[in-house]
Amino acid sequence: MNSSSNPCNSNSHITRRTMLQATATGLGGLAWLTPVAHLLGRAQEKASAHAPAKSVIMLWMAGGPSQLETFDPHAGKTIAGDTHAINTSVKGVQFAHGLPHVAEVMHELTLVRSMVSKEGDHERATYNVKTGYRPDPTLVHPSIGAVVCHELPDAEMDIPRHISILPGQWPARGGYLGAQYDAFKVYNTNGRAGNITARVQPKRLDNRLAALKQVEQSFARGRRADLDAKTTLHNATIQKALRMMSSEQLNAFDITQAPAKTRAGFGDTQFGRGCLAAIQLIGAGVRCVEVTLNGWDTHANNHESHVSQNAILDPAFAALIRELRARKLLDQTIVICAGEFGRTPKTNPASGRDHWPTGFSMALAGGGFRAGHVHGATDPTGAKLEANDKDSIRVADIHTTIQHSLGINHAKELMTPILRPMALSDGRVIKTLLK
Amino acid sequence: MPSEKIAPPLWQRNLLFAVVCLAGVGAVVSNLLKSDTMAAPKHQASRYEKPVFRTTVDWVDEEFAAEWKKTGLEPAERADDLTLIRRLSLGLTGTIPSLQEIRALETQPEDERVQWWLSHLFEDRRTSDYLAERFARAYVGVENGPFLIYRRRRFVSWLADEFEANRPYDKIVSSLITAEGLWTTNPEVNFVTVTVDQNEDKKGPDEVKLAARVTRAFLGVRIDCVQCHDDHLGDEWLQKDFHQLASFFGKADMAISGIRETGKPYEFKYRRQREPLEVPTIVPFQPELLPERGRPRQRLARWVTHSENRAFARATVNRVWALMFGRPLVEPVDEIPLEETPENPYPPGLEILADDFIIHKFNLQRLIRVIAATRAFGLDSKMPAGRTPPTLEHDQHWAAFPLSRLRPEQVAGSIIQSASLTAINADSHILFRLNRSIQQGEFIKRYGDIGEDEFYIQGGTIPQRLLMMNGSLVHERIKNDLVANAASRILATAPNDAKVVEATYLAVLSRRPSAEEADYFVRALSQKGFLDRKAKQADLYWALINSTEFSWNH
Repeated sequence: MNSSSNPCNSNSHITRRTMLQATATGLGGLAWLTPVAHLLGRAQEKASAHAPAKSVIMLWMAGGPSQLETFDPHAGKTIAGDTHAINTSVKGVQFAHGLPHVAEVMHELTLVRSMVSKEGDHERATYNVKTGYRPDPTLVHPSIGAVVCHELPDAEMDIPRHISILPGQWPARGGYLGAQYDAFKVYNTNGRAGNITARVQPKRLDNRLAALKQVEQSFARGRRADLDAKTTLHNATIQKALRMMSSEQLNAFDITQAPAKTRAGFGDTQFGRGCLAAIQLIGAGVRCVEVTLNGWDTHANNHESHVSQNAILDPAFAALIRELRARKLLDQTIVICAGEFGRTPKTNPASGRDHWPTGFSMALAGGGFRAGHVHGATDPTGAKLEANDKDSIRVADIHTTIQHSLGINHAKELMTPILRPMALSDGRVIKTLLK
Repeated sequence: MPSEKIAPPLWQRNLLFAVVCLAGVGAVVSNLLKSDTMAAPKHQASRYEKPVFRTTVDWVDEEFAAEWKKTGLEPAERADDLTLIRRLSLGLTGTIPSLQEIRALETQPEDERVQWWLSHLFEDRRTSDYLAERFARAYVGVENGPFLIYRRRRFVSWLADEFEANRPYDKIVSSLITAEGLWTTNPEVNFVTVTVDQNEDKKGPDEVKLAARVTRAFLGVRIDCVQCHDDHLGDEWLQKDFHQLASFFGKADMAISGIRETGKPYEFKYRRQREPLEVPTIVPFQPELLPERGRPRQRLARWVTHSENRAFARATVNRVWALMFGRPLVEPVDEIPLEETPENPYPPGLEILADDFIIHKFNLQRLIRVIAATRAFGLDSKMPAGRTPPTLEHDQHWAAFPLSRLRPEQVAGSIIQSASLTAINADSHILFRLNRSIQQGEFIKRYGDIGEDEFYIQGGTIPQRLLMMNGSLVHERIKNDLVANAASRILATAPNDAKVVEATYLAVLSRRPSAEEADYFVRALSQKGFLDRKAKQADLYWALINSTEFSWNH
């Protein structure tokens, strides 16, 4: 049978109802959002030696890339097919042949080749890798970007601090932290985020807003004075939206300001432009940017598809690392290049590879992550990795390690809307991945 | 249509009179006997021998009145009819009333408008379509599910047919649990095939997922939390309760001819066991209601929908209540205790509504009518001048109608409806429908569908406000276009500016403007300025559509 559905993380079914009673009166509005933190908090892991990272860029490889055609080639073995390997800037480390530019920046990367998860379905696995938790029918966990924004509040930003460029089917979510932590979705890379330009001239917009005020006054009559501030957030959000519409920080979306040569380095693709925009946004103070590259679900013609996918990823990822380094942003930014799972070592009759959550790769860089380091290995004959193998790293461990590297206490518990306290992540800090 | 039509007024008045008399006699008798008899059990089915609609409503109202007295809350006053029909339309059709429908409603006698409106909605395919979509979220989720063997649209449309025919709800649920055959010809089979995980080694429906859906969606219990281990923190369920329930689906198997009852029995390996063992088919509570004979899924269906399995009725009442109020009576919507305790009593109304639902053979339309007739549903969400505004406590104890944020499809539906003077329904021209679904789909994506997380109360977000202020859907629907948009038509046809403003308010906010608002906008329309009247009318639409009032149920 399939025991992977509806998992149930053990703690506190009991506390829920009891607490429901205790806090019932405070349940209105967004009261549960206050971090009732530190419940049962384990001792904070020793802070990392150097200044913590501040932001995250997630290159999301939607569909699940093949580890064999990217970062873990096994050239010459049966499972590789005809994929051959190329050397990288780190001696003894090889990539599949489609990633020559990324190979040149391997000395900046931490490469994990022994990722293991229990989720083999796209939606569930995406949820798992983006949040660090397995799907749970009782609540929605926040994605890493939402956690970072929640835990590292900062000076007033006019533009959203959590952004998803070219979002796929399941963009990063705020989950139980609230929809205001959802990634702000940008569907194009033409320099203008959607719907941020008023349809009318400023004078007429003022007229419209004055009319709206009239209607709002009428609705407010007979209602709580703090209804907007505590519950609907309606006018509060309109004010924020208006501030965003006139903010200079919007320029960070516009990559045409970057030198032509820089732009060319990212490749003439939507994804490449998205990566450059991500750098500009991080530079402007945005906490987390997710950039999605679709098309990795290669159940048929795996090798051909990976040639074209790699051709998009290769220049963009390499240029991203180089440009972050050049702008002195790499030490404060954690870069993750990952999909929801890997692909089967055995090819299927359609020359495709199917879903493979037991032994896949993830590339990380920046922040406190080591440079030029490889962790773990998959079996050259294509055997599964088990979660309790010595070098296996579970998805939750990656989240915990990233949070640690950001100076976030991953054991801190937040109160969820179902009144069940939930740790920010429940993995281990993998110290060997960090400087 | 076999729905429960409104009785002729004369018959109704006679009945009402009879009820009033009976209630009076009852009160006298009960006072006489009070000193020496034990109080009757609170929820006794025999109280409902006669299908007297008003009596049920009165009993529900009494329980709420007692709750308000106990908590010292003075309830809000009754909301006006237009507010009530807006709530009903949003809850049952996912959109607001059209101007034409409001005009028709206002020709009805005042005391019959709410029930007249329900008759109107029950005859409208939009209602069954929308209810089917909302229920389907609990049954099969929102995703497209396994390729080829799962047809969500077919499933939803089958469910809509069932709702339209007002087929008893226990029958609908039985069909889902026992479904056999192909997902194309027997659409209810999709309830089973959606759980097939094509990437797993096991080919066939997933007993665990099915058991979780059955317990949550139909019974309002969350036994699935103990699927992996016994919970030693005091939960009432054991791990075996869950797997024994899952075992009823063990034999359901996938064959070329679809779902068949030909599979192997369900096996599971508990932690202390070495090998997976066959799990017996045992229900987690009220085992006496389970038939001894029959195929496993048929026995399960009989047990789930048994008239003495009150969990089934309670779960349904709670879900329908949530659809109508935007918030369930018991939260979360799919977790209702099997027993009430002095510390954790059932909320007012739940047991009476469950009784009524059972006695009236699981008639969903009747349940909706009863809830709509209760005092709680009719309360205003605000207080009149001179009274302190409703507090969170009022919301919590239903002493005022709770505000809830509209769902994305309700907002999209309302924008599109507000741009048309007549109801946009299934009978509308194909082009309108097409237009509606494409625009709606795009809008929902941007506004942010919340999927299965049906009843979270959350505040609005920046992308939503940007979409409403600057997005193309609103822009297209308010701009000057005499053919497509109500804004222009109202301006062109209303006899004077006061009527323009009134009709616009009715079309967008389902109410008339206050004197102050009328004054403001009539003056704005007539003043000379840098904008022409068409632009000013578009701006009025823009302001109304961008208001809190438009984006929230209230």
